[in-house]
Amino acid sequence: MSTQNFPKFWGYRRPDGRVGVRNHVLILPTITCATQAAKQITELVQGTVSFIHQHGCAQVGVDYEQTFRTYVGMGTNPNVYGVVVLGLGCETHQARSVAGEIAKSGKPVEVVSIQDHGGTLGAIAQGARIAAKMAQDASALMREPIDFSELIVGTECGGSDACSGLSANPAVGVVSDMIVDRGGTAILAETTELIGAEHLLANRAVDERVAKRVYEVIEAMENRAIAMGVDIRTGNPSPGNRKGGLTTLEEKSLGAAAKAGTRPLQELIEYAQVPTKKGLVWMDTPGHDIEQLTGMVAGGAQIVLFTSGRGTPTGSPIAPVIKIATNTPMFESMTENMDLNAGTIVDGIESIESVGQRIFAEIGSVASGKLTKAEILKQYDFGIWRIGPTF
Amino acid sequence: MITTYNTVMMKPQDNVAVALSNIAAGALVHVVCQDKTFEIVLKDAIEFGHKFAVVPIKKGEDVLKYGEVIGVASQEIAAGDHVHVHNVEGKRGRGDKVEYTKLP
Repeated sequence: MSTQNFPKFWGYRRPDGRVGVRNHVLILPTITCATQAAKQITELVQGTVSFIHQHGCAQVGVDYEQTFRTYVGMGTNPNVYGVVVLGLGCETHQARSVAGEIAKSGKPVEVVSIQDHGGTLGAIAQGARIAAKMAQDASALMREPIDFSELIVGTECGGSDACSGLSANPAVGVVSDMIVDRGGTAILAETTELIGAEHLLANRAVDERVAKRVYEVIEAMENRAIAMGVDIRTGNPSPGNRKGGLTTLEEKSLGAAAKAGTRPLQELIEYAQVPTKKGLVWMDTPGHDIEQLTGMVAGGAQIVLFTSGRGTPTGSPIAPVIKIATNTPMFESMTENMDLNAGTIVDGIESIESVGQRIFAEIGSVASGKLTKAEILKQYDFGIWRIGPTF
Repeated sequence: MITTYNTVMMKPQDNVAVALSNIAAGALVHVVCQDKTFEIVLKDAIEFGHKFAVVPIKKGEDVLKYGEVIGVASQEIAAGDHVHVHNVEGKRGRGDKVEYTKLP
């Protein structure tokens, strides 16, 4: 299928002008104590999604702010039609504050508190009533033709093997360039997994300030391992990476950096921050798959490309994740998890460019409504990068 | 019978190549990268995705792949040796190499 079939895709225009590729009603628990009730609401009301997490209380300073920004980013992501913010009542991250920030986007937002609604069952009933109305309103919305320049595509690799840097990551690099050339935004992340490749990215920075930030975030990430007195290799590359032939973090990083294509690096943004520039941007996240994914989706990515050599089920409750296998044997053994196969490059039967074209065509289909494997299996992963202790 | 093994060497300055199939110890492999070619007898069995040295690498010498440094040889490596965690160390994120002082 050629990219000419998708000069545009079909998306949902939101009140703030941003464009969604999905139309979810999000039940957003601001505190771990409310996650079970939130999940119950999703079982009662079609068209709703939620996520389980361990955060939202006894957090301070920059760690509090990062979690707050992530909650708000999940709610304001344009794939979400409306939000029921579900709190317990006494937690640090107040549902009302989170809802107030999300409301600035102009989308429907309501607050439900377990303590104010007479406990779990009262809160579930109230939340479900609100969600049912939102879900019907959402379903009345029509998709419209949207230009690719309105897409923010997150890129990620997880469960890497030695093929990641040879097949799927360079193919995603081709797609990253295609998105950028059409006026869109591609997010590169996983700061940990760019240690050893930072000079290549810094050389592509649009100015000295961005280049300096590249070295700063790399140094900060590397210093976390040094401060712990450990070899970072005890955690990354992982045992599966090593089994797949990756020897050091630097080797993994050089393969991971291939996802960034060849275009200039426009800016370096914080975890869960919405990009302020179009083009290639770098979000400062750890290499942890779910924390990275959550950061990019909270930063407004409507779609994520995820390459894997070992195979992973990863998905997001609100953004479709297109899973791309780096090798054919894994693609065939984990077919219910993987969407596309880039192993054809290693097999010598398809070019990197051709696989890139296939991935781009799939973005057009998925952005217009085609479900990914992770969505079909309801793989609703969520995890916030914590940068401070709990008190 | 001549068997052709599938391998890839990313850049001519690299000192390792990657096996793209499982290759038995003792196999004679032919590695090509741009204008460079190597005929190497593998000392170890090399699994799909794993690396082997295309030239001898001295202890303490940088290991190069993608034309970039991926680590340092922690022992003498001969051409045809399996190159992995047993004979290569990372150079980055090495908190274990820094004297650890406890926070006050």
